[in-house]
Amino acid sequence: MSKSTLRRLINLALPVKKWMALAALLGSITVISGIGLLATSAYLISMAALHPSVAVLQIAIVGVRFFGISRGVFRYLERLVSHTATFRLLANLRVWFYKAVEPLAPARLLERKAGSNHELSSGDLLRRAVADIDVLQNFYIRIVAPPVVAAVIGIGMWIFLGAYGGVFALIYIVFFLVSSVGVPLLTHLLSQKVGQEIVTTRAELHTQLVDSVQGIADLLAFGQEQPQAEKIHNLNQRLNRQQMLMATISGFQGMLINLLMNLTVWAILLAAVPAVYAGHLNGLFMALLVLSALGSFEIILPLPGSFQQLGGSLAAAHRLFEIIDAKPAIQDPKTKSPQPQNYTIDVSHLNFRYGEQEPYTLRDINFTVAQGKCLALVGPSGAGKSTLAHVLLRFWDYQEGQIQLGGHTLRDYCQDDLYKLISVVEQDTHLFNTSIRQNLMIARPEATEAEIITATKQAQLHDFVLQLPDGYDTLVGEQGMRLSGGERQRIAIARALLKDAPILILDEPTINLDAVTEQKILKTLRTLRQGRTTILITHRLAEMDIADEILVLRQGTIVERGSHQQLLQNEDLYWRMWQQQQRLQANISQ
Amino acid sequence: MNINKRLLLYVKAMRIYVVLVGLFALITALCIIFQNSYIAQIINKAFLAHQSLPQLLPALYILLGIILVRAIVIWGNELATNIVSTRVKTDLRQRLFAHLFKLGPQFLKGEQSGEIVNTTADGVEALDAYFIQYFPQVCATVIIPTVILIYVFSIDTLSGIVLLITWPVLPFFMILIGKQANAMTEQRWRLLSQLSSHFLDVLQGLTTLKLFGRNHIQEETIRTISTRYGDTTMKVLRVAFLSSLVMEMGATISNAIIAVEIGLRLLYGDIPFEQAFFILLLTPEFYLPLRSLGAQFHASIESAASAERIFDLLETPTSEVANDQNIQVPQTVQEAIEFCDVHYTYTDAGEKQRAEALRGISFKLAPGQKVAIVGASGAGKSTIAHLLLRFLEPTAGAITIDSQPIQSIPAPAWRKLVTWQPQQPYVFNTTVAENIRMGQSDASIDEVIIAAQQANIHDVITQLPQGYETEIGERGALLSGGQVQRLSLARAFLKNAPILVLDEATSTLDTESEQQVLQALERLTPDRIALTIAHRLHTIISADHILVIQDGRIVDQGTHQTLLMKSPVYQELVKAYEEEAIA
Repeated sequence: MSKSTLRRLINLALPVKKWMALAALLGSITVISGIGLLATSAYLISMAALHPSVAVLQIAIVGVRFFGISRGVFRYLERLVSHTATFRLLANLRVWFYKAVEPLAPARLLERKAGSNHELSSGDLLRRAVADIDVLQNFYIRIVAPPVVAAVIGIGMWIFLGAYGGVFALIYIVFFLVSSVGVPLLTHLLSQKVGQEIVTTRAELHTQLVDSVQGIADLLAFGQEQPQAEKIHNLNQRLNRQQMLMATISGFQGMLINLLMNLTVWAILLAAVPAVYAGHLNGLFMALLVLSALGSFEIILPLPGSFQQLGGSLAAAHRLFEIIDAKPAIQDPKTKSPQPQNYTIDVSHLNFRYGEQEPYTLRDINFTVAQGKCLALVGPSGAGKSTLAHVLLRFWDYQEGQIQLGGHTLRDYCQDDLYKLISVVEQDTHLFNTSIRQNLMIARPEATEAEIITATKQAQLHDFVLQLPDGYDTLVGEQGMRLSGGERQRIAIARALLKDAPILILDEPTINLDAVTEQKILKTLRTLRQGRTTILITHRLAEMDIADEILVLRQGTIVERGSHQQLLQNEDLYWRMWQQQQRLQANISQ
Repeated sequence: MNINKRLLLYVKAMRIYVVLVGLFALITALCIIFQNSYIAQIINKAFLAHQSLPQLLPALYILLGIILVRAIVIWGNELATNIVSTRVKTDLRQRLFAHLFKLGPQFLKGEQSGEIVNTTADGVEALDAYFIQYFPQVCATVIIPTVILIYVFSIDTLSGIVLLITWPVLPFFMILIGKQANAMTEQRWRLLSQLSSHFLDVLQGLTTLKLFGRNHIQEETIRTISTRYGDTTMKVLRVAFLSSLVMEMGATISNAIIAVEIGLRLLYGDIPFEQAFFILLLTPEFYLPLRSLGAQFHASIESAASAERIFDLLETPTSEVANDQNIQVPQTVQEAIEFCDVHYTYTDAGEKQRAEALRGISFKLAPGQKVAIVGASGAGKSTIAHLLLRFLEPTAGAITIDSQPIQSIPAPAWRKLVTWQPQQPYVFNTTVAENIRMGQSDASIDEVIIAAQQANIHDVITQLPQGYETEIGERGALLSGGQVQRLSLARAFLKNAPILVLDEATSTLDTESEQQVLQALERLTPDRIALTIAHRLHTIISADHILVIQDGRIVDQGTHQTLLMKSPVYQELVKAYEEEAIA
């Protein structure tokens, strides 16, 4: 997995490769300047010890000054360029992810629990994806750049030291490789297991902490504070042991790198002393060799860190790829969408299941909604009402049977063209974290002020909006949380009015609302309904006379159908549901 | 950073830790001096005195020894600081929990709970940065340059003076830059999180965008906003980078000045080579700790902020009342529980706002009696329940059990007498059996099963993949609302306490689940005192006695029939309940 993940991750960074290369170049020059400063100073001192004329020293003095300044300047430039690269990468990553995820919505973003048809919200999945993208933006600065610069420096120093004798180049490259590759690899192998254990323990501890804080009332009420505290203490002890083991390993790594750096100096001295004595090496360069080797180890220090971060980035990338690698639930037809002859929906012998291994969620569904008529789908929760709506919206494709819209098969319509024909009011309308006006104009970007006001008046929203301090420019907050459930639904209705599509699907539009608000919303829905082909899904049997026909669904099949009055006379499931709702009221008035 | 003082107060081992870290820094400083002194000596003897390898071997061996000692000190330092850090974290976590349990649920209500989980989990972990990285680095920054400076002065005054002059300049820059860089980092984080939440908003609204045909233009919007973020942030960062450029230049230029200064003096024979080279080697080591400290700055600020939150939490006063140790703890209710003129006022610590929730509540609960409390939301119903559970203590007045004030009984002992059925029972992230055992930790599995059967949940549990040993998962995702209610009832059956406080589930339950919960409740209530906060009509009708609460006072009481006739407030409430029942 990690190999191909790494390759794909690198591919993602390709659009900013020029910036990255430039940053790596500047980073290398920065380190070289540091080495140069130490090396020229060493040379200056050694030269001066031989008491030459001042003129001879001038060159070295200029070198010292030059490197002293260039190090800072190049560090500055390197930071500018590498951060620019990071921001470009971030923008690219977001667009890439959006493009990849867009065709998957909404079917593939709903995590369904195995064996049940309960749809979980995609919130957590997406929240994690956004966090993962934020992790990946640092992929370049923290992970790609340090090894590249290290390789440049390693090779450069190898050539440089080789000019003074092969043995120095050999000593250097051995120590350099051991500390840049060997030590991080060793630490990684040693710490891999305990690192994973720490993650698990921390997650467990976190769960326990959440339980303790959120469940504190229950814990106290049942006198469980002591056992809970002990549980946490035990987990804490386990975490401590693991963290100490980790500290031992990471301390060992720090020690090794320092040791290897100083041993490099020592080994070069050991080789240089006899070389100078034998006259193979001019003693003038001894200090220079030692200090330049020492200076180059600056680049080794961040390597273990980038090695560690690589794991996290790969995991993040893997999760993202997993999301976007899903196959879209539906394919658009190759040909152009047909022109609907009318707005009649006709469903015959429809069977549907979410996956091949799973049981059918809808079985042998038959109905026709003639243009302008209203069909209501009722039934207990889990009966398949919302699934049916989603199939009609082509979030999923059905396996057997036939759905026709305006005389053509539903599959022949492109998604985009299909949605132009349908307005949807869902049980939980998504509002974007922007103004009320912006949220309304999603339905029709070219809408005029007058059109917006007409729509909001019909949705009984206008007066409310005028009360707000900023009117239509009032921000609705994250997920529209600054508004009440009823207000959010009214925005959804106003959107549908603005969109003015000939078909209307209402999926439990009042489920989260209190009774009074529900009544009002149902009244405005009557306005919205005028003349539109409507499918209303509900589990509350209020204002049912709005429907021309009612289908009662149970466990994926239609068990009853007819008008409100007919169904009451049948005295079957519908009648029982109705009775249950009426019973309590009857009870009290006795 | 006042964190040091507070840590000294809270952390017993702090003094030993400071001494230990200081000692390690001192040894490191000495190692640096001797290591470089030997390097200078060896090069000097080989370069100018033309000595052979055998002559220099002793010096090389000593150098090797020093290198090893230095490495071991690094390891020791890491281990020692980690030992201290884990101890401190364990200790603080335990204290935090003991304190949180005393503060009770009232304190943890609402938005604060997430914040507190963060403090106890990540906040405590963030102290690592302080103990393992920041503080040792501070010690190193103080001790290593000082030792080097003293040593350089002792061998060459002029170089010592150069170092002395340049050194204070750097910390000055450091502080300046540190502050600025922090403000910038924060601003950058704020921008990034804004950008991320916008992106998340778009992704979560993808279905809506699709339905309105707005999905294609979003690509451009995302790119534009991301690019704008990059540009804004770069503006911020450019300044920060410039400051660190000045800082870096300060260090490298001082380095260069020293090199040129001693080089020229060497040229005129004012200083021997060995000494000159030694000083040259020491100069980068002199500035290094200070430069490394800059990198730790951000982590330390985060640590300090966490520590502050931890200490603030530990210092939040609790409402605990001192108990008489010899008090007789009652095992059951003989006559009655009585509220005598109970007042309660909420104090909002943040805003100093005081809201009087209860203004003189008096009533009596006798064994076998079913009492319902009704009232509009905010009338004070839940406050009464919380007082009875001792999550809160009355601001004035008293609650008594058989005429003995309950405040005289330690809260945990008192709570053994009370069972609570909350509106949203919390399901813990463990097995079903363990969740039911909340009611009685040492209950056998048979007792657990009996309790589950009484609570009408046994059949549901046996259908779960591993029956009673099934991990229910986060927040009981496997169970429906009604099943969670019944799980909580099983706890209540197991606990078998004489007083029941029922905060009725709201209309989230469908009719069928509600029936099952009610059946189970019927079995639980006989012979006990049952105080119900009523959300549904059944309870009101079947209660022996009804208290009507408005604005923290009991405005009417009696049976359903009498209240229906005489109390306008009650009639109003019943009408509201009725409407909810229809919906």
